[in-house]
Amino acid sequence: MDEKSKSNMSRRKFIRNSSYAAGGLIGGGILGSIIGTNYFGETEQPSTGSSKESNFNRALMYFTRQSDFQILSAATERIYPKDENGAGAIQLGVPYFIDHELAGAYGHNEREYMKGPFFSGTDYQGYQTPLKRHDVFMAGIRAMEQESKSNYDASFIDLEGEQQDEILKKFENDEVKLKHVSSAYFFEMLRTATISGAYADPLYGGNADMEAWKMKNFPGSQMTYLNKIGSEKFIEMKPKSLRDHLS
Amino acid sequence: MAKKLNKVDVVTVGVGWAGGIIASELTKAGLKVVGLERGEERTTEDFQMVHDEYRYAIRYELMQDLSKETITFRNSLNEQALPMRQYGAFLIGTGVGGAGAHWNGDTWFFSPYDFEIKSMTDKKYGKNKLPKEYTLQDWGITYDELAPYYHQFEKMAGTSGELNPLRPERTEEYPTPPMKSTPILDRYMEAAKKLKLHPFRQPSANISEVYKNPDGQTLNQCQYCGFCEKFGCEYGAKSSPNVTVIPTALKTGNFELRTHANVTGIIHDGNKATGVRYVDVQTGEEFDQLADVVVLTSYTLNNTRLLLQSELGRPYNPETGTGVIGKNYCYQITAVATGFFKERFNAAMGAGSLGTTLDDYNNDNFDHSDLDFIHGGSITMKQLGKRPINENGAPSGTPRWGKEFKAESIKWFNRSIPVTSQGASMPHRNNYLSLDPTYKDAYGNPLLRMTYDFTKQDQALYKYITARCAEILTEMGAEVVEPKELTEHFDIVPAQNDHITGGVIMGADPETSALNNYLQMWDVDNVFVIGASAFAHNGGYNPTGTVGALAYRAAEGILKYREQKGQLVKRESSNKLA
Repeated sequence: MDEKSKSNMSRRKFIRNSSYAAGGLIGGGILGSIIGTNYFGETEQPSTGSSKESNFNRALMYFTRQSDFQILSAATERIYPKDENGAGAIQLGVPYFIDHELAGAYGHNEREYMKGPFFSGTDYQGYQTPLKRHDVFMAGIRAMEQESKSNYDASFIDLEGEQQDEILKKFENDEVKLKHVSSAYFFEMLRTATISGAYADPLYGGNADMEAWKMKNFPGSQMTYLNKIGSEKFIEMKPKSLRDHLS
Repeated sequence: MAKKLNKVDVVTVGVGWAGGIIASELTKAGLKVVGLERGEERTTEDFQMVHDEYRYAIRYELMQDLSKETITFRNSLNEQALPMRQYGAFLIGTGVGGAGAHWNGDTWFFSPYDFEIKSMTDKKYGKNKLPKEYTLQDWGITYDELAPYYHQFEKMAGTSGELNPLRPERTEEYPTPPMKSTPILDRYMEAAKKLKLHPFRQPSANISEVYKNPDGQTLNQCQYCGFCEKFGCEYGAKSSPNVTVIPTALKTGNFELRTHANVTGIIHDGNKATGVRYVDVQTGEEFDQLADVVVLTSYTLNNTRLLLQSELGRPYNPETGTGVIGKNYCYQITAVATGFFKERFNAAMGAGSLGTTLDDYNNDNFDHSDLDFIHGGSITMKQLGKRPINENGAPSGTPRWGKEFKAESIKWFNRSIPVTSQGASMPHRNNYLSLDPTYKDAYGNPLLRMTYDFTKQDQALYKYITARCAEILTEMGAEVVEPKELTEHFDIVPAQNDHITGGVIMGADPETSALNNYLQMWDVDNVFVIGASAFAHNGGYNPTGTVGALAYRAAEGILKYREQKGQLVKRESSNKLA
């Protein structure tokens, strides 16, 4: 294969063809090593998908300071920790999922009504802040660090898990003052984004290797259950992602 | 300066179920119809990658873009209404097919009692059963009059179903047999029978077998893939306007579907409409589409808003109780109890209206003499297809995050299932729609303001029906049964129910209703307003079947209007001077 025709092929097609040629045994060594930043000294590398190709999804698109990203990562891991069921938020790629979401339409509230005037409203009128989601995340993360330093004289990422939980609970219970938004609102967003990142289709950068789906016995994106829907027995299935349907 | 476009026979505002039915019926009869749709083109091809919970069910890909237009909301008359800035309590569809592209497919007939609710309640329980601030009204049409149009909708949609033991005999069979059952639905059926209730397989527009409808459109068999509500169907197996009435209209050559066309007003001289003004949302250009007949076929909220914004019809005033546009806005009361079971079910498999239901506590099927509410709700167990982001339920007391949350939410994912109700909602004098004095949409027009709170009637009904849901789960052998409580006031944040009704209601009396029973405006003969906006209250079932039936009725009315002009229905007025 000459260079010109190779560059004209899509990367995926190239991988598939190469894989076919090598009898399906293509590994990370051929196409480049796994890129994964491991901030927490865990022995495992974050998993990068079944084909073991380079994971270009592991780059920061929103955060500019690595410390902010590390604090976010540590917080998501407390919300969805690694345990006997399996991987936690970090191993699943949740922090990258959140980073990428904050860089895009979600983070910039592109489909929300953001015109003023802004009033705080009653408990029943919902979110009324002029801040966009990425602003709320940034304010919340910096405030978590502030809390950590004033309470424990240490960075959030160096605290014991229980200490991190204490700080997260303060936010959950709205005991920390943030500008233009309640800390409880920030916490709720952080919690929802963490769960979303854990369980969304892997195409969003989380739920690595569909591990979170496997834990829940969720079969993902199957095309049909026509012949299974009536089954008396519980059927365990290997999950499928949307990528399985891309031609 | 808006560019004037050549006059057509009929222009519709919105191309979902209502707009699609009007288009198919009128173009088949030879009329030229233009359908204006503010959203984008949408066909089955757009749903090839639809098994994506995050994009469709969490980020609401198929719903209206709230940055352009939303509503404002307050609980009571003396509060400052504030914008619904992001989705919560209910969702609003957009794009070709509208909410019909991503509905679940529950295709119900409202009950005979619904259409004559005021007369029947007064007759059976006396005039003071509900206090007078409940603005309960008959619909100006009977069940028997509407039944043929219901059947017409069912046949077009290919509805699958089974006879409801507590309803009047159907004059026609369901077009297709009921959907498959599942172990958990069978258990619901058995438990309900043991409790001497009358369960049956509910009507569904997720079709049980391949079906060719009378217009020649083919619907495919449901694959039970578990991605229905908030999703489009990649198989064309869920009846939607996109695979039925819209292609039928296009096939005639008489229908022009214009997308990205956001209607901002109805052009009129007070007594007659001459067309509508719209903005091409991609270019910003303004157009006046002239037409002999203007048909509003958008969602409840937008139908009401367009009339208020165009100063057509008399706006409702809650202080005096006069006027009609915006009146009798109703929600629906979603009573729910969750059962946690020992064994695992194949909970991820399912379909939007794969369910078993019962009507023993719906309509006036049970005696309300000693109860402090009227009506009730259908009680259903559905196997929708559980999805992992949204479904993290565990018995109460379980933390919302952390190690225990993770373990418990994983444990119960395939072991818990809810019994839910579509609870009827009665109109109240202070629950209404109007224009907001402060907030504007992307085109500078006022947002619609919703003033709504749960009533005492709602709360009593909710409590009663929730307890019934819980009884069935207990009989089914659930280890833990948890009825959900209603919030003290209606809250715009948590997801509840998308079945919003009222605002442009039908009736027999022009003093108290906006439309006659062909959904023709009393005040302006050549404007028809179709949708759940016409419901004088909200019943105990999902509303789409009734919207479809009313659309077929209105299509017939428009054809009649072409022949005879003027009002199609004689006014019955409570005002002796009229």
